[in-house]
Amino acid sequence: MSIMSLTLPVQDEAVLARRGEIVAALRAIVPGEGVIDAEREMRPYESDGLTAYRQLPMVVVLPQTTAQVSAVLRYCHANGIRVVPRGAGTSLSGGALPLGDAVLLGMGKFKRIREIDFANRVVVAEPGVTNLAVSTAVAHEGFYYAPDPSSQIACTIGGNVAENSGGVHCLKYGMTTNNVLGCELVLITGEILRLGGKHLDAGGYDLLGIVTGSEGLLGVVTEVTVRILKKPETARAVLVGFASSEDAGACVGAIIGAGIIPGGMEMMDRPAIHAVEEFVHAGYPLDVEALLIVELDGPSAEVDHLLERVESIARACRASVVRVSTSEEERLLFWAGRKAAFPAVGRISPDYYCMDGTIPRAQLPLVLARMREMSEKYGLRVANVFHAGDGNLHPLILYDANVPGELDRAEAFGTEILRLCVQVGGVLTGEHGVGVEKRDLMPDMFTEIDLAHQQRLKCAFDEKGLLNPGKVFPTLHRCAELGRVHVHHGHTAFPDIPRF
Amino acid sequence: MDILKPRDAKDVEDAVQGALGGGHTLDIVGRGTKRAIGRPSQSELTLDLSGLTGVTLYEPDELVLSARAGTPIAEIEALVAASGQELAFEPMDYGPLLGGPPDAGSIGGVLAANLAGPRRIKSGAARDHFLGVTAVSGRGETFKSGGRVVKNVTGYDLCKLLAGSWGTLAVMTDVTLKTLPRAETEGSVLLRGLDAAAAVRAMAAAMGSSCDVSGAAHMRRDGWVTALRLEGVAPSVLHRQAALDALMRPFGKTEILGVQDSRALWRAVRDVTPFAGDARPLWRISTAPTAGPGLAAALCDAELIYDWAGGLIWAALPPGQDTRGDAGAAMARAAVAAAGGHATLIRAPAPVRAAVAVFDAQDAGVAALTRRVKEGFDPKGILNPGRMWAGV
Repeated sequence: MSIMSLTLPVQDEAVLARRGEIVAALRAIVPGEGVIDAEREMRPYESDGLTAYRQLPMVVVLPQTTAQVSAVLRYCHANGIRVVPRGAGTSLSGGALPLGDAVLLGMGKFKRIREIDFANRVVVAEPGVTNLAVSTAVAHEGFYYAPDPSSQIACTIGGNVAENSGGVHCLKYGMTTNNVLGCELVLITGEILRLGGKHLDAGGYDLLGIVTGSEGLLGVVTEVTVRILKKPETARAVLVGFASSEDAGACVGAIIGAGIIPGGMEMMDRPAIHAVEEFVHAGYPLDVEALLIVELDGPSAEVDHLLERVESIARACRASVVRVSTSEEERLLFWAGRKAAFPAVGRISPDYYCMDGTIPRAQLPLVLARMREMSEKYGLRVANVFHAGDGNLHPLILYDANVPGELDRAEAFGTEILRLCVQVGGVLTGEHGVGVEKRDLMPDMFTEIDLAHQQRLKCAFDEKGLLNPGKVFPTLHRCAELGRVHVHHGHTAFPDIPRF
Repeated sequence: MDILKPRDAKDVEDAVQGALGGGHTLDIVGRGTKRAIGRPSQSELTLDLSGLTGVTLYEPDELVLSARAGTPIAEIEALVAASGQELAFEPMDYGPLLGGPPDAGSIGGVLAANLAGPRRIKSGAARDHFLGVTAVSGRGETFKSGGRVVKNVTGYDLCKLLAGSWGTLAVMTDVTLKTLPRAETEGSVLLRGLDAAAAVRAMAAAMGSSCDVSGAAHMRRDGWVTALRLEGVAPSVLHRQAALDALMRPFGKTEILGVQDSRALWRAVRDVTPFAGDARPLWRISTAPTAGPGLAAALCDAELIYDWAGGLIWAALPPGQDTRGDAGAAMARAAVAAAGGHATLIRAPAPVRAAVAVFDAQDAGVAALTRRVKEGFDPKGILNPGRMWAGV
């Protein structure tokens, strides 16, 4: 596939003309095999998890130390060279898509866990450590790291910070931003800053809170401090089937309304249920329109007590199937289906396009109904998996890239879904990020003034706009232009405001 | 000093525009309960947001509430309590500590100060529950960020930036927060007579258990008491109380506190009640829990309350000890520099707050970045100038 309708920043020909010199300068900073400039060897870096977009970088650099990251960025800053940071490249929004005139800065060699501190319940890790490896490193003492994006085997903790990654347990345990305590951050100038640490909250502005989810536009993280939690004593899941998505949505609201915050609460629609059941044989009922997995975790006394309540709420919400897991194997089987939803859909369609809007939960029946209409209009099937507790939808649009026009239709379908999410009071992205994918939809959610305020923050970190340009913001403004102050009222101060 | 009292968000924008045009600076005030925190005001005009009140949206099943920034926090807490919910970050009430009445603050003030209570260790601070905002920056422009859904990564999270910015970047007019179910009941396990080091070890063991502890504090109440809070449904609290009691026995003799006494105890921890009603200089220090006792030892004879499993230290300086006239700033800064973390001078006479660093003493890189952020949002320095740091 090629780059579709996407416009990327105009390539800087002057930089490209100096490629040989730039490669040599980078080799002086990162010796040995840490600089890759052969086309064949750069291929693996040409896209991230959003494979519809591909672009070879100018050169790939794989530093191993903070000092090298700092020196690379300082060099690029001094020479006006763009930089695209990359973790494991699992972004689903094109956040790590290379630029042809930019250095691709891969953080994959930062693989060490620097410190495990059980007494303070934190882990200090290098950014290239995978999300799952953090949990694995503390599992022997019964601890884990809570955010669990579905790519957790591959995705890195540095990438999680850049994207503010979520997972199925967000509703109860929060996203990355709620679980990160500190980081070492290198600015584009090469300056090395420490934000936070093992303590809670910032003493000044919450810069860590801004960096988390900034999609690689503000700085490069070279160390992360996360909090770890003790594993709950037990967890049990209940599978609940409904004859309508309205009933399923009402049941989710009723569970939360009853004061229960499940560890996970996932919903699938009929096409997703069927795709998954064929693939995994999880024992899902096939005669339902919507299926909920509700997982409760904590001490067994609590889990048993709350499960009874959930069961009775589900029956009151006209559930046609209610099945509580009776063993750990059965609980894992319930989840195996949900966790395999994307590959399962991959089996029934040559390609699929995964969306990521969030909606106020009460809007679910409306949004699903409208999606069915759109599905007919575009002539493409759609399967829905849904983090039901927090309203995060993942519609999977099925298409075949080899059929002319289908990719364009899939994109148009996806755009219409995201616009609908915003119209009903939701947002463009719940956990995958804006990247290049949703960049041009930002004006659907934000005014020019809103976006200018966000970009002024970018200017405070990266005045020349060299870090990951072309991502998140639909229009690149110069910082000098954004800096101007517009006074509308002149000297007629406070005309009508009550004054004492 | 003149007071401007906007009636709505449009008035706020006009007021900031007017200040910008007229070259005035503004002192941003919600309901005024925390005005004595920070460097003293240097503004000639006060922008009083207490007229911007009212909850505009509350949907308990969706765990979301929106309100105008000047809405009394007490009104919001009463409203959500009626639906069995709460603001899980347990916002503390600075009123009595600063010599004012209780329950008088605004929701905007809660967020601008990024408040949190004992449950911070389990549920996060105000920043973690702040979903959306509409605000007027120092450019006199109204902007929004975030939304009304809990899961959202669309654009930079400016809510985080405004939480804890003490009105120095923008004037919030409308805010949206996450609400959560309130625990049905609670109880506490107490240990008596531990020294700080042993208390921190006990609290670390409790926090490192699967008992889901939602408060861990060490304070004086007829001698030193180490308190551990458990919240949830009754069968769960009973079960965990037994487990935690067994786990804590090696540290000393344990006691169980029932629901009413437990609530009263944690309300006192939340509001630092033992230090209310006097005027001693008071520091609030956040550090790694295990660093707490060592840090506190460097504070000489300060009277102490440890919250957050030892990671939050409230230190009141005894009268007469402040020989340098800096409210102990040199001592506190040195202790924090050695142990890691940050310290805020919460209570001191205005001349002292004007003379010493009240907020975190930042290193050069972070301080420079802080200035650039301030310049982006408030280039003329008209919003709460100097409240956090001189020149910011």
